[in-house]
Amino acid sequence: MKEKPDVLQGTLALMVLKTLDVLGPQHGWGIARRIEQISGDLLAVNQGTLYPLLLKLEHEGSIASEWGASENNRRARFYRLTGAGRKQLQAETREWEQTSAIIARFFKVKAGDLA
Amino acid sequence: MKVLRRFLIRLSNFATRQSVDQRLQEEIAEHLALQTEENLRAGMSPSEARRQAVIKLGTAEAIREQHHEEQSLPFFENLIFDLRYAVRMLLRFPGFSFIVIATLALGVGATTAIYSVIDATLLHPLPYPTPTELVRIQDDLPGVSAQSVGISVPEWRDLESSGIFQSVAITGTGANVNLTGVGRPLRLSFKQVTPNYFAVLGVDAQLGRTFDPHDATLGYNLEVVISDGLWRRQFGTDPHIIGKTLLLDNDAYQVVGVMPRGFRDQGSTSDEQNVELWLGAGFSGLPFPAPQRGIRLGSRAVIARLQPGLSIAAAQEHLNALVESLTKQFPVDYPAQTAWTVRLIPLSEIVVGSVRQSLLLLFGAVGLVLLITCVNVGNLLLARASVRGREIAVRQALGAQRTRLIRQLLTETLLLFLLGGIAGFIILFCAQHLLLRLVPESLPHLNDIAVRWSVLLFAVVVSAAAGIIFGLAPAWLMSRVDLIGTLRQEGRGSKGSPERSRARQVLVISELALSLVLMVAASLLLRSFWDLFKVQPGFDPARVMAIQTWLPGPNDPTTDPYRSASQESILVREILRRSRTLPGVEEAAIGDNAALPLGHSLPTRLPLIREGIETTDNQAPVIDSPIVSPEYFHLLGMPLLRGRLFSDQDLENTPQVAVINQAAARTYWPGQDPLGKRVRLPLSARELSGSAKPVWTTIVGVIADARTESLADTAIPQIYGSVYQHLSKDLAIFLRGQLDPSVIPTQVREQVQSIDPVLPVFHAETLDDVLSDSLSVRRFSMEMVALFATTALLLAGLGIYGTISYVVNEQRREVAIRLALGAQRGNILKMVLLRGLSLASAGAGLGVCGALIVSHLMAGLLYGVSPNDVPTFAGVTVVLTSVALAASFIPALRAIRFDPITTLRSE
Repeated sequence: MKEKPDVLQGTLALMVLKTLDVLGPQHGWGIARRIEQISGDLLAVNQGTLYPLLLKLEHEGSIASEWGASENNRRARFYRLTGAGRKQLQAETREWEQTSAIIARFFKVKAGDLA
Repeated sequence: MKVLRRFLIRLSNFATRQSVDQRLQEEIAEHLALQTEENLRAGMSPSEARRQAVIKLGTAEAIREQHHEEQSLPFFENLIFDLRYAVRMLLRFPGFSFIVIATLALGVGATTAIYSVIDATLLHPLPYPTPTELVRIQDDLPGVSAQSVGISVPEWRDLESSGIFQSVAITGTGANVNLTGVGRPLRLSFKQVTPNYFAVLGVDAQLGRTFDPHDATLGYNLEVVISDGLWRRQFGTDPHIIGKTLLLDNDAYQVVGVMPRGFRDQGSTSDEQNVELWLGAGFSGLPFPAPQRGIRLGSRAVIARLQPGLSIAAAQEHLNALVESLTKQFPVDYPAQTAWTVRLIPLSEIVVGSVRQSLLLLFGAVGLVLLITCVNVGNLLLARASVRGREIAVRQALGAQRTRLIRQLLTETLLLFLLGGIAGFIILFCAQHLLLRLVPESLPHLNDIAVRWSVLLFAVVVSAAAGIIFGLAPAWLMSRVDLIGTLRQEGRGSKGSPERSRARQVLVISELALSLVLMVAASLLLRSFWDLFKVQPGFDPARVMAIQTWLPGPNDPTTDPYRSASQESILVREILRRSRTLPGVEEAAIGDNAALPLGHSLPTRLPLIREGIETTDNQAPVIDSPIVSPEYFHLLGMPLLRGRLFSDQDLENTPQVAVINQAAARTYWPGQDPLGKRVRLPLSARELSGSAKPVWTTIVGVIADARTESLADTAIPQIYGSVYQHLSKDLAIFLRGQLDPSVIPTQVREQVQSIDPVLPVFHAETLDDVLSDSLSVRRFSMEMVALFATTALLLAGLGIYGTISYVVNEQRREVAIRLALGAQRGNILKMVLLRGLSLASAGAGLGVCGALIVSHLMAGLLYGVSPNDVPTFAGVTVVLTSVALAASFIPALRAIRFDPITTLRSE
C-alpha cells in the first residue's frame, strides 16, 4: 500500500486537532465528516485511515479518548483535546501560518521582481 | 518528548501484548452505522447506503493492520516471529545446527582467547593513570656503539628541572633482598627508586603513604613501601604494619606504606612486575658513588611523566636541545666522538614491545582461522539452500517480500553465529585456567590475563559481525530462487542455481588460500624454532643445575660480613667444598647472576676502558661482565682457545686477571693478540665501597663463543672476572652430575645455611629447563600457529569435500547417462578429481601470493630461514593439494559407483 505524502499526514493531524478544538469532544465519524465538509475530497475515501492517526495522537498525548454515548444512544469512542494537544495546536498553527506566508510570497514573486 | 512517550506506550503494549483491536472493531462498526444512517437520509436504498459507507471507510483489513502497527512495535514483533522460526529450524536440523555452532564456537573461542591475551598486554600495557604520558629515558653513546649506558645524577637533576617532564624517577631494574627475622630467610624482589617514583606512576598507597619527594636523602631512605601481596602473605593484613621495622639485608627499614591490591610495577617481565618492596634512595651518597656528571648509573632505568599535552616527538625535540647545550657546557664529560644522545621511548613499548609482533602474528593467525570457519559455515548455509529452495519458493509464491525473506534468513544465521560465539566464550571461560598454563611465564602481564566483560563483548561483537557478513550473501542468493523452476521439480530437490555453485567455489578457493597462508606461517615458525633448538649453544647444559643465593648487602659496609672478595672467597670455597660432597655431584662452580646462561633479564654491563685507547669512562663501550669461579668454564664445557683460565691463585691481592670470549677479542682487538692487554672496568658496582684508584686488569685467556645471552644471537662480547678477585652479591651455584632435582635444592640449602643461616637459597633449575624457557614465547607462538594451521587444513579439507560431494550429487544424472552410454569409470573418476584439483590449484595460487606477503611481514620472528624459503612453500602446497585431492576422492568414488539404471529412474 502506498503511503500518503508526509505533508498530507501532517496536515491531517493538524486538521484533527483543530476539529476537536472547535467542536469539542467528537467520535471518529464526527471528525471524519467535519474534515470532509471543510476539505472536500481529501477524506472522501479511506475514512478509516483516521483511526491509526487517532491512536498515534493519543500515544503522543495530544488527545485522549473514552467511551460515551453517540447521538442515537449507542456506545462510541469520543476523542477530546488535552492540554498538551492544545499547546501543540497553537504551536503548529503558528508554524503553518509562517510557512504558508513564506510560500505564498514565493508564489507571488515574478521573474521581473528578482532582476 | 512526544516521540519518547509514543515509543514507551508502544513498548509497553508490545511487552504486555495488549491489543486495542476490539476497540477498533467497535469504533468501525459505529462509524459504519453512522455513515449508513446518513446515506439513508440522503435517499439511498438500505443496501446501497451500507455499501457506500463501507467503500468510504476503505479496506478494513488494511486499517486494522495500520492500527496494529501503530499500537505496537512491528519491528520487534517480526524479530520475535523470525527468532521463533529460526529456533524451530535449528531444532529441525539438529545435526546441521550442531556442526555450525561447534565450528563457530571453535573459531570465535580461539579468537577470543588470543584477544584476552592482547587485551591484557597490548591494549592495557600500563595499569596507571594517563599512561600515554609515561616514557622511558634512555642514554645512548652511538659514537662508541653503546646503548642504554645509564644516567648520572647531575643529568637526572637537569632533566627534572628542564620543564619537559612533570617528574623524572630513577629506578633499579629489580633485584633481590633478604628479609630476615620472619622465620626462614626470605628472598624478595625489590627495587630502589627515587622518592618521586610513585608520583611518576601516579599511584598512591592504600595504607600509609609512598615516599615523600621532599625528604630525599643521598643514600638509602631507610623507608620501605611494600606490596599488597606481601602484606597479606607475610603480615596477615596487619592494619598496624605502618611504622614497623623490616630487616632487609641486615638493615632496619621502616614500613611507610602498602600499595593497593591491583598495583603492579612497570617492567617487561613478570619478575619485574611482581616487585614486593620499594626502597627509597637518592643514588648519590653511600653506598652509591658521589654525584658526578661522568659517573653513570648503569643498570638503572629512568622513567618520567611528560608534561600534560606534550607529545613524545615534541618532548624529544626539547630534550635534543637540552642535550646539545649540555654537551657544549661540559665538553670534557661529553666528548664529541661518543655522540651522547638521550632518547624517549613510550613506557608501553618497553613493557610489551618485545612480544607485540608475536602476539599480533597470533591474532592474525587466529583471525584467519575465524575467517575460514566463517567461510565454511557460509558454505554449509549455501549447501542447505538447495534443501530449502522449495520452502523459500513456496513462501515467495504466497507473497512473502524478498526483503522480508532476507531478513528472516539473516535472523536464522545470526542466531547460529551468536550461539556459536556464546558457546565459544563459555568453553573459554570454563577452560581459562587450563589454557593459561600454556601461556609462557615470560609474557608481560601474565597475571592480568582474564576472561573479562570486555572479552565477552568482543566475542559477541565478532560473532554478530561475522554473522551479518557471512549470512547476508547466502540469504541474498537463497532468496533469488527461480520460482517456477523450483516448484516444478516436485520434491526432487532443487537443481541449485549456477550462481550458488559459483559462490561455493569462490568460498572453497578462499578457504584453501587462507589455510595455505597459515600453513606456510606455521612451517616457517616451526623451522625457525627447530633451528634455534638445534643450534649449538657453545656450552653444555646437560646434567647441570643452577641454584641461586644472595649475600646480604647492608647499607653500612662495615656491618657487611662479606665486604671484600677475600672474605667472600672463604664462603665460596666452603660452599663449593660442601657441594662436591653431595650425592651425584661431579663438579661444582660458582658464578654471579650474569653468569647464568640465558637465565637473567639484564646483564651486568660495565664500561670497558682499553689501555691506550679510551681515556675516560664516557667514551667507553659497555661490555657484559660476568663473575665466575675457575671451575665454571670446564663445568659448562666452554673450551679455552688461548692463554689460561683463572686459577685458585688469582686472589684479591694478586694482579687482576680476566678471560674474554672470541667475540670480545674480535670486537675490541681486531687483528691483535688480546693476551696481555690491559683494561679497566670502572664503576663496578661490586667494588664501589672499595678503593677508588684505577685498577688495571690483564687479559689472560680467550674462550670460545657461547650463546649464553640469547640463542638467537651468535656471539656477544663478554669479559669474565674471577669470583676470588671481585665481590659478587648474587651468586649461582652450578652443579653437574647425576642430580636428583627434587632433593638437590634442599640439600644445597642445608649446606649453605649450615655455613651462614641468614643466606636464602632459591630458584633451583636445570639448565635444560632454562634453555627451553628462553624459547618459551617462540615455542608458544609456534605451537599456537601450528594448531591454527592444522585446524585450518582440516576445515579446508571438509570444505572441499562438501563442495565436490555437492557437485557430484548435482551431476549424478549426467554421470549416469555417461555411464549408460559406455563411459569408462576411470574417466568419470578423473573428471571429478580434476574438478577438485582445479579448485585446489586456484586456492594454492592465491594462497602462495598471500603467504609471501605474510612471511615478509613476520620476517622479524624468523631465525635461520628465509621468508621465501622454497622448500617450505613447495612442501605446504603439496600437502594442501594432496589433502584437497583426498577430500575429492571420496565423492569421486561415490560417483563411479552410481548405478545408471536406478539413478536415471529416480530422477
